[in-house]
Amino acid sequence: MMPSSHNKLQLSQQARAEIDHWLEKYPADKRRSAVIQALMIVQDEHGGWLTNELMDAVGDYLGLPYIAVYEVATFYSMFELEQVGRYKISVCNNISCMLCGGDEVLDHVKRRLGIKVGQTTADRRFTIKAEEECMAACTAAPMMVINGHYYEHLTADKVDAILDGLE
Amino acid sequence: MSATADTVRKETLVNIEIDGAALKVRRGDMVIEAADAAGVMIPRFCYHKKLSIAANCRMCLVEVDKVPKPLPACATPVTEGMKVFTRSPKALEAQQGTMEFLLINHPLDCPICDQGGECELQELSIGFGSDHSRFSERKRVVFDKDIGPLISTEMTRCIHCTRCVRFGEEIAGVREMGATGRGENTRIGTYIERALTSELAGNIIDLCPVGALTSKPFRFTARSWEMDTHATVAAHDCVGSNLNAKTRRHEVMRCDPRDNEAINECWISDRDRFSYTGAASTQRLTQPMVKQHGKWHETDWGTALRYAAEGLKKIVGAHGAEQLGVLISPNATVEEHYLAQKLTRALGSQNIDHRLRQQDFADQDAVALYPWLGQSLADLERQHAVLLVGSQINKDQPLLAHRLRKAALNQARIMVVNPVDFDFSFDISHKVITDLAGMEQTLAGIARAVYEHTGKPVPDGLGQLLKPLTISDEQRAIAQQLCGSGERSILLGQLAMMHPRSSTLRALAGAIAAASGATLGMLTDGANGAGAWLAGAVPHRLPAGQHAPVGGYDARAMLALPRRSYLNIGIEPEFDCGYPAQALAAQHQAEFVVALTAYRTATMNEYADVLLPVALSYETSGTLVNTEGRWQSFAATVKAPGESRPVWKVLRVLGNFLDQPGFDYASSEEVRDELKVTLGSSSAAGQLAWRCPNGLAGHDDGALVRVGTVPIYHADALLRRAAPLQQTVDGRGAEVACLNSREAARHGLGEAQQIVITEGERRAVMTLAIDDRIADGVIHIPLATAAAAELGGNGGVIHVVAD
Repeated sequence: MMPSSHNKLQLSQQARAEIDHWLEKYPADKRRSAVIQALMIVQDEHGGWLTNELMDAVGDYLGLPYIAVYEVATFYSMFELEQVGRYKISVCNNISCMLCGGDEVLDHVKRRLGIKVGQTTADRRFTIKAEEECMAACTAAPMMVINGHYYEHLTADKVDAILDGLE
Repeated sequence: MSATADTVRKETLVNIEIDGAALKVRRGDMVIEAADAAGVMIPRFCYHKKLSIAANCRMCLVEVDKVPKPLPACATPVTEGMKVFTRSPKALEAQQGTMEFLLINHPLDCPICDQGGECELQELSIGFGSDHSRFSERKRVVFDKDIGPLISTEMTRCIHCTRCVRFGEEIAGVREMGATGRGENTRIGTYIERALTSELAGNIIDLCPVGALTSKPFRFTARSWEMDTHATVAAHDCVGSNLNAKTRRHEVMRCDPRDNEAINECWISDRDRFSYTGAASTQRLTQPMVKQHGKWHETDWGTALRYAAEGLKKIVGAHGAEQLGVLISPNATVEEHYLAQKLTRALGSQNIDHRLRQQDFADQDAVALYPWLGQSLADLERQHAVLLVGSQINKDQPLLAHRLRKAALNQARIMVVNPVDFDFSFDISHKVITDLAGMEQTLAGIARAVYEHTGKPVPDGLGQLLKPLTISDEQRAIAQQLCGSGERSILLGQLAMMHPRSSTLRALAGAIAAASGATLGMLTDGANGAGAWLAGAVPHRLPAGQHAPVGGYDARAMLALPRRSYLNIGIEPEFDCGYPAQALAAQHQAEFVVALTAYRTATMNEYADVLLPVALSYETSGTLVNTEGRWQSFAATVKAPGESRPVWKVLRVLGNFLDQPGFDYASSEEVRDELKVTLGSSSAAGQLAWRCPNGLAGHDDGALVRVGTVPIYHADALLRRAAPLQQTVDGRGAEVACLNSREAARHGLGEAQQIVITEGERRAVMTLAIDDRIADGVIHIPLATAAAAELGGNGGVIHVVAD
């Protein structure tokens, strides 16, 4: 017989309070409904990516089997399972943006940062996310999203200005 | 939907047609269930009768009249007048299309795949696959993760049917496998490298329709078509799971479940599945051996048996028959128990017992015919409330735990009284975690609450005992559940049986059952406790429960009051007895010890005088009686190695060598039938007559009291040698002493990794683990382990210091 509990990671007070806010929106016996929000909260707090220990901690807090948390975290592209840069850049390459020059925008970002899609700059500031699909801003194509902020009607100059403005 | 509405729905029949044949089928059934019942084969991968419907493989697509698109038969309920075509051009086209998609990414490695020859994908691809592929792109590759020593993964072969995922969630109750990633990157697995922990995990090997999950110990050792199948019965717990042993020449290569809805359904525990791996141990004894002048010699059977018989005769002649003690494994067959007691009694001794881990025998005359479940195995899943006393049922009887899990999923309240807050595969509604004395107090409290609740008369003497007690809220809640409606049970587990005052627990549980109307069930140690009682392998009863005119020593007395001679049958006393140190000391002081054993150990070399090599359970023919009283006879699956012989044959010939009449059986069936004639129509109607306990134990404040369970993979000699089982989490974690953090602090153990355990004169060193599931005042030191062999039994007062 081995003890079932090892030294487990605990979520921060802040994270738990934020998750509780979401849990209130769901029935008490449907805690798993909050798993996406919980992962988002924990990911943001941890610098934009998730570790196995953090996912286990979310599982413990919501009372889910760990694998059920891994399933959600691996399914959605908004969750990062390896360390990423401080800024996660998602350039849309879906149809509207593609027709309006999205590919050129992406090429410009790649050239300027000197990395390929899916890579992170050596100073860990920027990551270009792989294969981002339509983010529902077709009227403002081409567009990109950086850490949740929408940047629209992009040109090479505009991209430079945006990137220069980030720490 | 309520259960009643569901029943009504299922009882109404509807008319459908499958491939032109008119059928009456139950409303609400799926098309595939109706087709299976009618013997119409619809190909499938993800559908499994015991699992929820996923409808994700699409292999079972069939054409339904008036429906424009093919429908999955597994997820389409039958309706009145439905016409189903399983082999129409449209259905076939859909099935062939699905097969083509499934084969896109499936590797063509059947020649090196263990599943080859018994693969559902391989079989169906013959019927529905094309002989060439239109797919010229690269196939996906999945890198494997190690999920433990029992199951081999080759996830590139996986077709994502999710049977293994659903098994974990629905049957095992531990969700360990899952589908991570998405689209083409979806993969089935544990995501991180983590060994599966469920004691039923091996069933995903059978569930997997392809070669993605296969048996690791069996890997690359045989092809399915080289093996013969022999029906046998698992001999590790009182369930008696039905097995198919797959053999090649004289070796068991693998064990698979044999469907039996009444016993194991289509599952078996990992213990029953992989125990065969212990048969080929290097310790296997294959030649009779005798010790003369301190030296061991290999010899022939005649010489060894003559030597054994002479030695036994000498002791009995010189010191009396009561100086002979016979200890037989509770896993032995009915035939073996019967012959062992016959031989013992023929020599004039009554000292025979199989209850090697039991300490308290005070109520043995109160037992009806034998201790049993009090109901059928299937009845367990129909319970509304169950109180488990002293049981970690998931480890002790994994398939009974599965039945309780089904009950729990159906809203049953499962409650426990245990010294350790064990993990279960089902939810517990009420629990009392307390030390050994506390278990008695708790049952007494529940009993008192039951009498208050029902107003039933309190049996003689019990009223005095219950009078000073106050009833806790938890005890009252448990009592109320036990007095509720529907089927209710109190199950005494292995730990209750090994409790130092187990007769008190049995008496109180019996009183609670009688007053509340619940069924009392006793889960006995080993595979054939019921059979052993029936066969008379107890000192106070002859075969068929007849009263023995002269009583003998029970297992504990035989070792506490050492005998001059022992006959050990299929046991290692230091591991199989509940008080190992006393057991071993008794063996060492004996003048003459005969051991019928499949293995030879250094310890045996010291205490034994004759070692007779015997067959393991599946190498012999025989009968096991499970906890519901079901007799299951089986034939030998393979011949035992070397000169090993089945125990029944050895005992029979030993009877001849001892010049005893009535030892002339030609087969094990003759032995069984002789017992059956004696038994007549007796059956286990009752359970336990009322016998008032002498008193209730009080708490020994400040003392650390030993509680020891039998680790799941240490329960018998075969298991202890099954290397893959020893490598599991349960196997590796067995040699650890545990106590809770309060006790650790109280005894100044701080950060200690190793502790010295002393119990009077005895001493052992063990690894320490802090485990807050353990009750205050309790130290958990498992039985049947090397360290435990140095110590006494449950209830011992222990002192600990950091090493």
